[in-house]
Amino acid sequence: MTQPSAITHIEGRGLPIRGHDIDTDRIMPARFLVAVSFEGLERHVFEDDRKADPSHPFNDPRYRGASILVVNANFGCGSSREHAPQGLARFGIRAIVGESFSEIFRGNAAMMGMPCFAAARESIDSLQELIEQTPGVTIAADVASGEISAGSLHFTATLPPALADAFVSGQWNPTAMLLDRFDEVRAVAARLPYISGF
Amino acid sequence: MAATLFQKVWDAHTVRVLPSGQTQLFVGLHLVHEVTTPQAFDMMRQHGWRVAFPERTFATIDHIVPTRAQQRPFLDVMAEEMATSLERNCRDAGIPLWTPEQDEQGIVHVIGPELGLTQPGMTIACGDSHTSTHGALGAIAFGIGTSQVRDVLASQCLALDPLKVRRIDVTGSLTRGVYAKDVILTIIRRLGVQGGVGFAYEYGGPTIDAMTLDERMTICNMSIEGGARVGYVNPDDTTFAYLRGRPFAPQGAAFDRAVAWWRQIASDRNAVYDERVSVDATRIEPTVTWGINPGQSVGVSEAIEGDPHDEAFAFMGFRPGARVTGTKIDVAFIGSCTNGRLSDLEEAARIVRGSRVAPHVKALVVPGSKSVSRAAEARGLDRVFMDAGFEWRGAGCSMCLGMNPDRLEGQQTCASSSNRNFKGRQGSPTGRTLLMSPAMVAAAAIAGEVVDVRTMLEEVPA
Repeated sequence: MTQPSAITHIEGRGLPIRGHDIDTDRIMPARFLVAVSFEGLERHVFEDDRKADPSHPFNDPRYRGASILVVNANFGCGSSREHAPQGLARFGIRAIVGESFSEIFRGNAAMMGMPCFAAARESIDSLQELIEQTPGVTIAADVASGEISAGSLHFTATLPPALADAFVSGQWNPTAMLLDRFDEVRAVAARLPYISGF
Repeated sequence: MAATLFQKVWDAHTVRVLPSGQTQLFVGLHLVHEVTTPQAFDMMRQHGWRVAFPERTFATIDHIVPTRAQQRPFLDVMAEEMATSLERNCRDAGIPLWTPEQDEQGIVHVIGPELGLTQPGMTIACGDSHTSTHGALGAIAFGIGTSQVRDVLASQCLALDPLKVRRIDVTGSLTRGVYAKDVILTIIRRLGVQGGVGFAYEYGGPTIDAMTLDERMTICNMSIEGGARVGYVNPDDTTFAYLRGRPFAPQGAAFDRAVAWWRQIASDRNAVYDERVSVDATRIEPTVTWGINPGQSVGVSEAIEGDPHDEAFAFMGFRPGARVTGTKIDVAFIGSCTNGRLSDLEEAARIVRGSRVAPHVKALVVPGSKSVSRAAEARGLDRVFMDAGFEWRGAGCSMCLGMNPDRLEGQQTCASSSNRNFKGRQGSPTGRTLLMSPAMVAAAAIAGEVVDVRTMLEEVPA
């Protein structure tokens, strides 16, 4: 596993996935969770949707090599499976821009260094249209300011402030911080009645 | 100052505010299962970290367990590898593990409360979104991803932002044939599948107060389907009576001291909430999902409404204006962490007793745990179900999700007491799931199609 490093700016081509409430069962069907590692999950991202719809954006050669997913509302709802953002990241996705996200999905993605930017519906619509018309357009996302630009399109998106700080400071993987003052953890544990036996 | 249970529990477990602004929150109970943890244990090994609080960590095997024949090794080689991997990881770390060979095994969200591991005022984490279930006992329980499982293993802590609290008051008595499942489906329908993002849901009011713990678990379980990562009910005498005598609950004088603390940790009467919502339970009728998310539901006497271009209509084979009753089913599934407890099986058995499953329906009952299974068998419920043509299976997650041999095939339609009707959820990419209460599933199994369970209850003595 790589050590965290600062994530300040992400640039790449876009891949639009239209539709609200796209759940993690669709992103990564459960049968691919029968495994003890995340390796190879990139092959199964949206597998059932892709089979059902040959024109699914993940099948579309125009979007090959894209690294920024552009989605609608409540993306990643449902199961907490990290296999969903792991599959996307291993496929090559480095950031997601969308109307809104499920909390668990957004947190999981953050832990892997993949920011999920939220923006107004009109901005997302415009960005999805732009990518569909000009798949080669480069999207640039600035983590600290939330500024997103693509061609002549510019808008501001948001990240939860703590996550934005964590990406910019390179502390998006918090384990080291959580272990930093372990005596304080032990002190909290010792104060809890259900641990001290009431 | 008056505070909610959420605030009190959050404060009691706060270690510090991290430089990022997130809170470092101590996790009082970490529940582990085979699907979302092998990678976390691998990450631990790569860093040379040890499990910080193995005595606060408990494990079971549930998702991949075959429910027909549970002997080891499992026929599915990968499932067996997941099981042995968890066994090895738990042995190395000193974490208690309940495997299918043991009496305590079951779905993680069924056995936590059942064993008395889940207690009021705790913070609980598990790599599973239905961890919200444990809130029924007045705990703050978070579903987490695998990297967070690693964090909890390594530090017994999570880095989190606090949630707002939405109080959901449910008032009025449920009418006959209407269950906790119908209440939560109605709440999700009303507030939306995204309505709870950023919130903890506190369920209360006379209807919730009158509910058993099993019913409260059904409600809290599906909080995440409404977008709320956390859902809870304040602990009360019903909670304390449920916990008394359970293996991991405090015993003797410690139990009485525990009750005093549990009372104190409940939301104060004049606590201030970020939002309040009221639901009139008397107006709720048996509810069934018709679409591809748990918010797309309808009462049995209502017509389905919605945008005809919504992909849910084409996928499910419904059109706006149609009714769910009369929909032919192929499979009936009673089980899951939502509705796989003893009272769920009892309610379903009342409908089933003396009837026969329709010839074209494959019907299965999967108890949520070995303990539920034993209790049901002691009451003869296994016979009731088998005499009617149901299959009586071993404990596990079963057909709630496609991770074990219990799966839909092709475009089968399933009346299911589980929690998710997502496309492909039950293991077939084109399978169709209709979520409903266990009693409604039982009624559908017998009729061979979705029916209003109340018409069958008329024939059953109360």
